[in-house]
Amino acid sequence: MSNKYIGQSVKRLEDKRFITGKGRYTDDIKLPGMTYASFVRSPYAHARVNRIDTSAAKDMPGVVAIFTGDDIASAGIVGVPTGWQVNFRNGDTMKEPPHPLLVPTGSTVKHIGDPVAVIIADSREAAFDASEAVEVDWEELPAVVSAYKATQEGAPQVHPDAPGNLAFDWEIGNPIDEVNEAIEQSAHVTTLEFVNQRLVPNAIEPRAYIGHYDEVSDKYTLYTSTQNPHLIRLLMCAFVLGIPEHKVRVLGPDVGGGFGSKIYHYTEEALVTWASKQIRRPIKWTETRSEAFMLDAHGRDHITKAEMGFDAEGNIKALRIKTYANLGAYLSTFAPAVPTYLHGTLLQGLYTTPKIHLDLYGVFTHTVAVDAYRGAGRPEATYLLERMLDLAALEMGKNPVQLRKQNFIPSFDGVEQPGYQTQVALQYDSGNYHGVLDRAVEMLGYDEFRQMQQEANQNGKLLGVGFSTYIEACGIAPSAVVGALGARAGLYESAQVRVQPTGKVSVFTGAHSHGQGHVTTFAQVVADKLGIAMEDIDIIHGDSDAVAFGMGTYGSRSLAVGGSAIVKSIDKVLEKGAKIAAHKLECSVDDLEYAEGKWTVKGTDKSISFGDVALTAYVPHVYPQGLEPGLDFSSFYDPANFTYPFGCHIAIVEVDKETGRVKLKRFIAVDDVGNVINPMIVDGQIHGGLAQGIGQALLEEAIYDENGQLTNGSYMDYAMPRADDLPSFELDRQVTPCPHNPLGVKGAGEAGCIGSTPAVVNAVIDALWSGGHKVKDIRMPLTSERVWRAMQEQNTQILHS
Amino acid sequence: MIPYAFDYTRPESVEEALDLLDDDAKLLAGGHSLVPALKLRLSAPGRLIDIARIPSLKGIREENGEIVIGAGTTHAEIMKSDLLKQHLPMFAEGAALIGDPMVRHKGTIGGSLAHADPSADWPAMVIAADGEVVLRGRNGSRSVAAADFFIGFYSTALEEGEIITEIRLPVPAEGTRMNYQKFAQPASRFAIVGCAVVRHPDGSVRVAFTGVSDAPFRDTGVEEALSGQQLTDDVIEAAAAKAAEGVSLNSDHFASEEYRQHLARVYCKRALNAVA
Repeated sequence: MSNKYIGQSVKRLEDKRFITGKGRYTDDIKLPGMTYASFVRSPYAHARVNRIDTSAAKDMPGVVAIFTGDDIASAGIVGVPTGWQVNFRNGDTMKEPPHPLLVPTGSTVKHIGDPVAVIIADSREAAFDASEAVEVDWEELPAVVSAYKATQEGAPQVHPDAPGNLAFDWEIGNPIDEVNEAIEQSAHVTTLEFVNQRLVPNAIEPRAYIGHYDEVSDKYTLYTSTQNPHLIRLLMCAFVLGIPEHKVRVLGPDVGGGFGSKIYHYTEEALVTWASKQIRRPIKWTETRSEAFMLDAHGRDHITKAEMGFDAEGNIKALRIKTYANLGAYLSTFAPAVPTYLHGTLLQGLYTTPKIHLDLYGVFTHTVAVDAYRGAGRPEATYLLERMLDLAALEMGKNPVQLRKQNFIPSFDGVEQPGYQTQVALQYDSGNYHGVLDRAVEMLGYDEFRQMQQEANQNGKLLGVGFSTYIEACGIAPSAVVGALGARAGLYESAQVRVQPTGKVSVFTGAHSHGQGHVTTFAQVVADKLGIAMEDIDIIHGDSDAVAFGMGTYGSRSLAVGGSAIVKSIDKVLEKGAKIAAHKLECSVDDLEYAEGKWTVKGTDKSISFGDVALTAYVPHVYPQGLEPGLDFSSFYDPANFTYPFGCHIAIVEVDKETGRVKLKRFIAVDDVGNVINPMIVDGQIHGGLAQGIGQALLEEAIYDENGQLTNGSYMDYAMPRADDLPSFELDRQVTPCPHNPLGVKGAGEAGCIGSTPAVVNAVIDALWSGGHKVKDIRMPLTSERVWRAMQEQNTQILHS
Repeated sequence: MIPYAFDYTRPESVEEALDLLDDDAKLLAGGHSLVPALKLRLSAPGRLIDIARIPSLKGIREENGEIVIGAGTTHAEIMKSDLLKQHLPMFAEGAALIGDPMVRHKGTIGGSLAHADPSADWPAMVIAADGEVVLRGRNGSRSVAAADFFIGFYSTALEEGEIITEIRLPVPAEGTRMNYQKFAQPASRFAIVGCAVVRHPDGSVRVAFTGVSDAPFRDTGVEEALSGQQLTDDVIEAAAAKAAEGVSLNSDHFASEEYRQHLARVYCKRALNAVA
């Protein structure tokens, strides 16, 4: 162990190739004889496919093959499954209608872009041209896009066997009678009805897949822009195509961002893999940006009513919530888990609320699937809690900082003090919530701000401050726990540390980097643990043939779970290395200490380097009797608990009184993500997350019209946050190590996105109250017009359903 | 996405471009509106005539009491032009509000005027500055006042076979003040409302809007309310209240008709305050 790299802002090793345009993404890969796919997609959100005529398309130049849903059905392929099962509260099985690769004739398409045929051609251009020549007889049917409306009587049905469009209904928390009673007895109840709007993930690299069946080896290769190659292989082989897993290699080369949207097994992946065997040629499909807007699983989309009861002193006594969660037309890989186990279980927040109940409806609609998007359920929980806290403070005339502090769970380190058991199933690992809030408020200067706000008001300006404190469950997850909660997979991680004969080290990880900088962070850990240089380490990921098995990257899990697996393997390397060293140094293992890349006999200058031990392991001429040669260990790490990062975010906004335009003036974020390996990378993660969270508050929303048409599926209409929308972020950090993993790390990938959204909305509401507009809610995104309209409603309470 | 197949030609001169320009051809300058339309297969020309590098379409010069901006001049070149900063500072400042750096370095003023996006920035400024658009066809050139050039939704006075060659703007008299105020659409950064105001030393004011209606327009209602008046707060308030009266109003996810009209009034007031 040395301390040369851990804690240092080592520049990212992968950046040179990325910023010089030398990244190798799936679309950069060209195979001999490659063909290109283009899909015929539904222009309707809901329609019966009466007839598909491919005769004209078949004769177009360059066309190799055309497959329709009937071809897929006759091949016995039913569709892609979900990876999580959440049953109805009465025990009935979750409704899980099939999600076909292509919708067959006689059946119905269920969202815009639902495919009915695929054209495979010699060029992408030819495939596009031919796809326009396919004639489909559509019979348009009524559609429903709102999760609430879909549950109402008479609503169009998405699936015939899911009455009321329910996939499941679900509850968590204390018995509802107890919660009702606590609400009734409360001195003050803050009520809020709101929408947590639908977002498009917008990874910079659209999805791309290459399916390649090789006749000679009878093996398939799938190149895919994914976050988890092994999971894709497992789902595709075992549940979709029924092909032997050892005959499939899945490669995830450089991947340009995912934010959750590339976790899932998509129909196109299975389709190009299957079809490549039919035509005996490789098939590439690269999504267009328009398709990415339509088809990449969206995020959020909750309609919620929440009530929070307080006693006369402002102590939270109860929280009662009813939420309609839009799941889209088909259940995506993690979809059932997001509004339930990643949302309902976080409703304790940082507070000692004694009674909590969530009543949740998972609803099918004629929209694309909704699944985990950066934060996944936790932003929705945090938004709910933190909006309630700031609104309650305004309503009760209390200081929002004090209101939080009086309700905070006291500090606990998870070692001396036990973890905190919530009312909603989780046990927090360690926390110091006062610490992050105090530090952020210090950076803000609370009293100075309130004075500035008052002065601004006198000068005709509206300033506001919004607070948000959050906790999230990361490092997903203990397999036994998630298994009990309906997961169809374990959520451990694997790592192999292969010491080469010259002492260089190859590390194979099941985590998958698509922007996170694993190649750098993991190498920092390995270098320090082994006391060798980072240059002597290679991190290999994204190849199911090279890496034993892995569960991939999402839920801020890579370092907490994947990094811990690496540490386990390193421990095994050092344990065996010590035996070899002791033999060479003619001493006992107990006489040795390992530091700075060598074993030394304690109290002497006799030592042997890591490299010499490695060479001895592979050239075992002078070697301990009975010990196997080689220095190469694999480990699987299954975490003991989730990790629980937390933090405090504060936004300061100025609202233009005349136009309602919101200008974000300052943004303060104090995050506690446990130990930090590379501060620069963590800051980068926080920055990116903040931009996305602020984007949700002020700019972003996927807007379907009543007919299920996505009306803003381009960057001309869908507003993404840009540098000039954002202030220079003011960051600080607190470190409360995770007590249950060897690195003490908690995860930083989603924190920025989870804490920031309610802070911004709270700040705008605060600004409006300071101007006498006592508005409870403005629907996100807070467009200038919505804020302006809220200000027209002088001193009234606007409720949005 | 992938455009339909097309031919591509890069002529050396306007004459050569005019020879190639038939009803199956499209002129390509900066390409920031045309190329997305091609990729979405909304536009399917048989030939693209790339005029971005024709020397006679480039540059900004002063000539006979006019500032002449070549149609192929990029927004970034206008933004940096000392001649414009000196005589028509609104153009240099307004250019900086267009799109983003990539758009500004590729997109051209001529391309923007010809495309006539109802939310483009240049039309308001060119109308307010009383500019003329010079069009050239095979039979020679003609000049159209900017206020008459924009006819409707993506529709202009350009006839088939014509190319915009330059924009001519009178050099304003000493003491002229001008300002462009823009409320940008957060995604595209086009104008939800753009208001250009030029106030001449004789007290006359020209006001033009973009983004508000299906075509940019000169707002004579506001101008009349200002006629013969000192620009006091009350006068400005009263005149701005007449902004965009009687025009059909655009509406989208970011701004309803009602809000757009409100913004037109607010931004008109701000532009007038800037020149008061």
